[in-house]
Amino acid sequence: MDPRPAIVERRLRGVRRVLAVTGGKGGIGKTSVAVGLALSLREEGRRVGLLDLDLWGPSDHVVLGAPRPGFREDGGLVPGVVAGLAFMSIASIVGERPALLRGEDISNAILELLAVTIWGELDVLVVDMPPGFGDTLLDAARYLPRAEYVVVTTPSELTLATTRKMLELLRRLELPVLGLVENLRRDGGTGGVDALAAGGDQRLLGAIGYDEGYEACLGSPERLRGTGFFRDVQVIATALGAARA
Amino acid sequence: MHEWALAEAVVAKAAEVARERGIATVSEVVIALGELQDVDRLAFEQGLSIVQRDAPELANARFAFETDLARCACRPCGHAWTLRESLAGLPEDERESIHLLPEVVHFYVTCPACSSPDFAIVGGRGVSLVAING
Repeated sequence: MDPRPAIVERRLRGVRRVLAVTGGKGGIGKTSVAVGLALSLREEGRRVGLLDLDLWGPSDHVVLGAPRPGFREDGGLVPGVVAGLAFMSIASIVGERPALLRGEDISNAILELLAVTIWGELDVLVVDMPPGFGDTLLDAARYLPRAEYVVVTTPSELTLATTRKMLELLRRLELPVLGLVENLRRDGGTGGVDALAAGGDQRLLGAIGYDEGYEACLGSPERLRGTGFFRDVQVIATALGAARA
Repeated sequence: MHEWALAEAVVAKAAEVARERGIATVSEVVIALGELQDVDRLAFEQGLSIVQRDAPELANARFAFETDLARCACRPCGHAWTLRESLAGLPEDERESIHLLPEVVHFYVTCPACSSPDFAIVGGRGVSLVAING
């Protein structure tokens, strides 16, 4: 018998809200949105944790400029603090080594992280989910039953098609969706995400414009806070503060 | 210590199972310690002895331990092997990473027969409960 599932709920007992930032495809800005939301909520004065569950391609630490984020052992793994966030990632344990893990190993590693990470008291835990469907979504449904989902999409028709499927799966799993975030919106927008939100009876939490200056600010939370990207995320964070699924 | 967190999980699970089975007083919990995670048994036992006080069903339980051999099977070539030798040759920091998150063994170890990193951990991964006796 695996003892770990029996303790996960207790590990999250001091966490008031769990926000799972997800999306159907890779490369749509899910990590940027997750980190941006965490920083923005922190700026509002909340106690915020950030958990990077993208074990294949963790990159929250890259956005935050923490190549080997730390932790300490005290009754479990206590996340280090990066830019005011309690932060945990597989990069905290192995650094930049590339992962070659099958789904079963990913599920096991996620469960281990959830079972031994000591989050303490937090207002919000932002979880950066891996791209795609399958094992991780099912694991999240099982081990993060209180999570509220923020679904990131882009105006591209290719992304929208996958986002529709993601919304349908979340509905079938009876997981609460707070709404959609449109990332990489061009001037004026295409209307595709608005239509998707309306058709799926979902709230559009906000849109993030394409920001040419964003890339140059990666690795510096301070400079990131000065970007148009961050200003757009702040609007979404404020909306999330009041939103309930 | 990380072992404390694992001890809490064991006690929580054992108490849960005892309640499900209607065992009011658990006399013994048998625990398998997977070689791969390489838990510090002394620290783990100390953790168990303290954490069990918070679970009425387990307050007087004794803990027995078995060693679960870490075994792997290579998917491409089918070779099966035990990890003991592979682990012994790793630097301390890599063994510590595996201790914290056993799946990262895939980052450091390959199949001794064909060098593939695509292998399954078929036994001895971490801490598991073998029996809860009333």
